[in-house]
Amino acid sequence: MKGVAITGMGIISAIGNTVEENYVSLVNNEIGITTIENISTVHAAVIKVGEIKKTNQQLVDELQLSPDNNFSRTALLGVIAAKQAVRNSGITSINEYKTGLISATSVGGMDMTERHYYDYFENEALLKYISCHEGGDVAQKIADELGLEGMVTTISTACSSAANAIMLGARLIKSGKLDRVIVGGTDALAKFTINGFKTLMILSDDYNMPFDNNRKGLNLGEAAAFLVLESDAIVKKENKKVLARVSGYGNANDAFHQTASSENGNGAFLAMEKAFQAANLKPEQIDYINVHGTATPNNDLSEGRAIIRIFGDENVPDFSSTKPFTGHTLAAAAAIEAVYSVLAIQNDVVFPNLNFKTPMEEFNLIPQTTLKHKNIEHVLSNSFGFGGNCSSLIFSKSE
Amino acid sequence: MRKTYINGVGCISAQKTFDTVFLEEAEINENDTILALKVPVYKDFISPVAIRRMAKGVKNGIAASALAMKEANVTTVDAIITGTGMGCMEDSEKFLKAILDNKEEFLTPTSFIQSTHNTVGAQIALGLQCKAYNLTYVNGSVSFESALLDAKMKIEEHEASTILIGGIDETADFTMSVFKLAGFIKKENESPYKVLNSTTKGAVYGEGATFFVLEDKKQDNTYAEVLDVEILNKLKADEVEAKITAFLKSNSLQISDIDAVVLGYNGDVEFDTYYKTLSENAFANTPQVYYKHLSGEYNTASAFGLWVGAKIIKTQQIPEILKVNSLENSEYEKILLYNQYKGIDHSFTLISKCLNLKS
Repeated sequence: MKGVAITGMGIISAIGNTVEENYVSLVNNEIGITTIENISTVHAAVIKVGEIKKTNQQLVDELQLSPDNNFSRTALLGVIAAKQAVRNSGITSINEYKTGLISATSVGGMDMTERHYYDYFENEALLKYISCHEGGDVAQKIADELGLEGMVTTISTACSSAANAIMLGARLIKSGKLDRVIVGGTDALAKFTINGFKTLMILSDDYNMPFDNNRKGLNLGEAAAFLVLESDAIVKKENKKVLARVSGYGNANDAFHQTASSENGNGAFLAMEKAFQAANLKPEQIDYINVHGTATPNNDLSEGRAIIRIFGDENVPDFSSTKPFTGHTLAAAAAIEAVYSVLAIQNDVVFPNLNFKTPMEEFNLIPQTTLKHKNIEHVLSNSFGFGGNCSSLIFSKSE
Repeated sequence: MRKTYINGVGCISAQKTFDTVFLEEAEINENDTILALKVPVYKDFISPVAIRRMAKGVKNGIAASALAMKEANVTTVDAIITGTGMGCMEDSEKFLKAILDNKEEFLTPTSFIQSTHNTVGAQIALGLQCKAYNLTYVNGSVSFESALLDAKMKIEEHEASTILIGGIDETADFTMSVFKLAGFIKKENESPYKVLNSTTKGAVYGEGATFFVLEDKKQDNTYAEVLDVEILNKLKADEVEAKITAFLKSNSLQISDIDAVVLGYNGDVEFDTYYKTLSENAFANTPQVYYKHLSGEYNTASAFGLWVGAKIIKTQQIPEILKVNSLENSEYEKILLYNQYKGIDHSFTLISKCLNLKS
């Protein structure tokens, strides 16, 4: 059997609190892009975000955490998604097999740091939040809530982080180092990232329009998603249902600029090429590309050119960006889109690339703009980040 | 299975470690709660224009990686894998402070751009024009070991032959001040800060960048072979020995085969019991080494620990300044490293002398 088995998944995003809710939103064009409510920011009137409409307190209550907890929002979202994934996989005894957790985040506990920054010196009750700043704290909390004891680590390669977590997880299973691994990512909205992307002038004041000639930038989002990967030995022994398989993965660096992508998408091209090699698949076998498609002028041009270089001008398969639904959820994005890729395979659908009207003048790439039903065997999912970090994953139907 | 060798090292730390043999000029500072870095001449590695824009961690990472590559005599690599617990703190603080102080107005993107955790790995790739596999781990005190494990897997998968890995963390004023508030850093006025047999909480902090070139082939300048690395999120102090025994057993070794053990003692009375239990029991008859009195504690200080282990194997001696006990071995062939921080993020790293020079 090709690829590593995915036996469970969980997600919380702006378009739903479960896998099912996300699917219903995707097939009904129900977007999650709104005005920001949970963070007080001077930019509220000029940005739109993919925000999860639950307060931290609501999330704390849902998880039944003690009042003296020091969970960042990133950790709260991560725990919710990871618990769903474990439940979905039918796992009752987490440490029964050699199990690991590979998480991904870019902001970590920045939401708490920016909220309490100066107050730490005034209010002793807030000191508990100091240790939740670092990225590793999120993974530690997820592991604790799952009762997981084993290998736990975190990847942070900006917007490609979760793709690399999925890739590492698949490699750990393949090499036999782990029998089971929970992989994914989580990022909460924060003033830090809102203002960061604002200064880079890549935030749209309107709904994001991937691959449209008049695209104005991205909408930030927040989300978490985790997948359970298991060895074929476990799948066989426990007669597990395999949702889909991770069949290919590639990671390359654009080595062009700290934040901008190269004109011809060299890093993106190499990442996709490596993913095809790892999966032993040809580009023409891909039925759907879930593109990175952030709707920034730079990304979509660079990614589009890389896609044309891989597939050829006339042979680009159906593709769409699902970021008009969720916003760009940074380190979590590749995990969110991994769940969507699996849903595409399970339901034989291509999700629509909303808000597209005008083809880009640089090339003739037209995304799939409506829900399309067709057999889906293989999905390519792209994720690219600051620092030139480019990663591509291929998900395949389990035979 | 392909083997993994350490063929070059580059270390920037609170000691003179970039232009000396092995800590012969090391100085113990027991008066400060944060150890200052011994900085190299950056312009030997980075253009003066670029230096002005770069935070400490990025400069140190570039310099340390250049030293490691020079020593390994390589000009390109097949992967760049970094670990950093806290990431680019200076730029993160600068941007966050500007947001708060200026109420989200009048911001410039430079510090935001350089605040992402993967900045060092990205800047090294950019400098080398290296389009290969590039990854950054950020998981407390196993950030560096995650990079090491990934690199070892890459070599075993035949995906890479020459890999640059490194651990980088930088101190920054605000973070250090809140770490003092939280008690992570030792209180002022409790000096001398001794790491061994300390009776106070917290640790003396530091910063640094330690890089290694790992290759699948032995060279004349090879330091050691990396036999294995294991990461575990949570252990009780009395569980560590059993885990180490199992780890060694999976490498067909037992505790008596270990010629020296490198322990991550940081002087925190609350958590040094993890090491002390081993010192007094399982490894009571083994030469024991500590190093955080020289490097300070930081999430990737264990990379400095691996540098120490590799140097012991290469030089076949343990400098007095590193010794926990007075035991010695005539030969240092197998060395085990153990590190944890506050009882979480434990790592075991096993390195070995290369028995014959040519593979």
